[in-house]
Amino acid sequence: MMAAFPQLFAGLPRRALIALGVFFALLLVAPWLVNAYVLSILVVVLYFAYAGQAWNIMMGFAGQLSLGHSLYVGLGAYAAAMMFTKFGFNPWVGLLVAVLATTAMGAIIGFLAFRFGIGGVYFAILTIAFAEFTRIGFDHWTWLGGSGGLFLPVSNLSSNDLLNLRGAPVMFYYVMLGMCVAALAFCRVLLASRLGYYWQAIRENEEAAAALGINVFRYKMIAVMLSAAMTAFAGVFYAFYYNNLFPEQIFSMGRSIELILGPIIGGLGTLFGPIVGAFVLTPLADGLTEVLQWAGVEVPGVKQVFYGFCLLLVVVFLPNGIWPVLARRFGLAREN
Amino acid sequence: MFDLYLNAALSGALTGLVYGLMALGLSVIFGVVRVVNFAHGEMMTGAMYGAILLAQTFKMDPLVAMLPVALIMFFLGYWLQRGLINAFVTRPEHTQFILLVAVAIILVNGQLIAFGPNARNVQVDYALESYQFGSIILDKVRIYAALAALAVSAALFAFFRLTLTGRAIRACADNFLGAQVVGLNVKRLYALTFGIGAACLGAAGCLMLLLVDVTPVQGPSYTLLAFIIVIVGGMGSLTGALLSGLLIGVSEALAGALFDPSAKSMFTFALLVLVLLFRPQGLLGRRP
Repeated sequence: MMAAFPQLFAGLPRRALIALGVFFALLLVAPWLVNAYVLSILVVVLYFAYAGQAWNIMMGFAGQLSLGHSLYVGLGAYAAAMMFTKFGFNPWVGLLVAVLATTAMGAIIGFLAFRFGIGGVYFAILTIAFAEFTRIGFDHWTWLGGSGGLFLPVSNLSSNDLLNLRGAPVMFYYVMLGMCVAALAFCRVLLASRLGYYWQAIRENEEAAAALGINVFRYKMIAVMLSAAMTAFAGVFYAFYYNNLFPEQIFSMGRSIELILGPIIGGLGTLFGPIVGAFVLTPLADGLTEVLQWAGVEVPGVKQVFYGFCLLLVVVFLPNGIWPVLARRFGLAREN
Repeated sequence: MFDLYLNAALSGALTGLVYGLMALGLSVIFGVVRVVNFAHGEMMTGAMYGAILLAQTFKMDPLVAMLPVALIMFFLGYWLQRGLINAFVTRPEHTQFILLVAVAIILVNGQLIAFGPNARNVQVDYALESYQFGSIILDKVRIYAALAALAVSAALFAFFRLTLTGRAIRACADNFLGAQVVGLNVKRLYALTFGIGAACLGAAGCLMLLLVDVTPVQGPSYTLLAFIIVIVGGMGSLTGALLSGLLIGVSEALAGALFDPSAKSMFTFALLVLVLLFRPQGLLGRRP
């Protein structure tokens, strides 16, 4: 692993390395710089950066549009919460169960779809359908709370128990930051690996990739399962950070869309796209809430309408996302 | 007991025809413009609110409101395609998706601001009347809505088969390049198509209003329903959309009668998975 370490930064221009270092250092000391409210926003930002990174593997790298990623978040969350509340296992054991459950689910969906050459829009609808199907299933599964919700015992904020993921927001912040860095490094390695090149070949032209002898079915399956497995952690984190789970919320289509907006706005298929997207979208939404409160506007929906218009502007004027433009403007892109 | 299920199935079939009309709009748009209208359900709830406004101000029956609402929806759809979507026709699928999701978010929340979160409906004076055929009892509103849905669908079929514009639109759908070569104004025809799809949706919204209440948050689930209907029926197949709307209406009604009304969409999703497994091109679709 240590041998791979310098490789992670190979080919990056010096200013990109400096920018990355400064950015990471700022994130490391952020809990001392900002107040509790900003920190809570940062936790959400990192959560979306991580989940977006996981989704990006499937769509950004391998070109398979999943619109039902809330399925994996929800399944992961419920699996770990079930292990914790019903059987008393700590969330890291729960994570194993969660990863198994989501990977199996990803495998089922992938198998159903890719076996029969279902792609594009059809695949996207299939992913939504599975998420909705599972949502309704959990709504009726009373053992896990049904539509009334599943609640985790609220944590004692004064002591940080990393093993049981019970503690103050700062602990959650560092856990998520660590996962984000790990996911970024992992994706960097993936993208430059043989697997990553196969994915990109499939994304650009599936038939050509197949003609070159790439086992398209196998590599698409790997993309779905890997993405699902990574998303499971986002679910586990969600369960233990918020301490409550409602099928209506966690499996909803809105959540899936929320999750994928970051990588798309940030820059699909790029490593920093999901991070940039999360850092733009979440504070934008929260900032807007603040402004509306300050202006005394109490009508629900105003924020989302503004959100929608921002999205519209980005997709019309920056179709490749924000990161590629930033990278070019400030010379942060890899030198070829 | 059998009568009960037969009754449920027949009512479901009537509702299903309205579903079919809603999905027809999506099918027309996808079949020609090749853009997936992710704001479909949101546009329909918009039409439903339009019909409510007409009913409140002019005491207009939703069956009559169909005409003005469809007309307004036509122009909105035409304008949307002209002003926004045409530029995206050749862009990657996911950018089109984000564009229409943005439109959908604006529509849902715009409706939320304008009309509030509570369910609204229109009371027609024949709402509680029904027709009886032997042991079968069917609501009057359901029969009217289904007949109207059939009439609008028939008009749509006739338009595509018999008129020159309809044939030109089908030419665009069959061969984009060929249509350009023979001098068809493809961009205009696309806008026209989107307008026609939206008009279908407007009519469907008015008919839905006879059967159900409307809330802004229902938009996304209608979008999903329309998609499932189109996929089950076969993308681009108009008869397929109508047929599968019927099928899903029946399956929803039977699920409600046999199990629990809240489980009805599970049946719909199961149907979708079955179709994708055994007949991925849809019931009446051609293999791509």
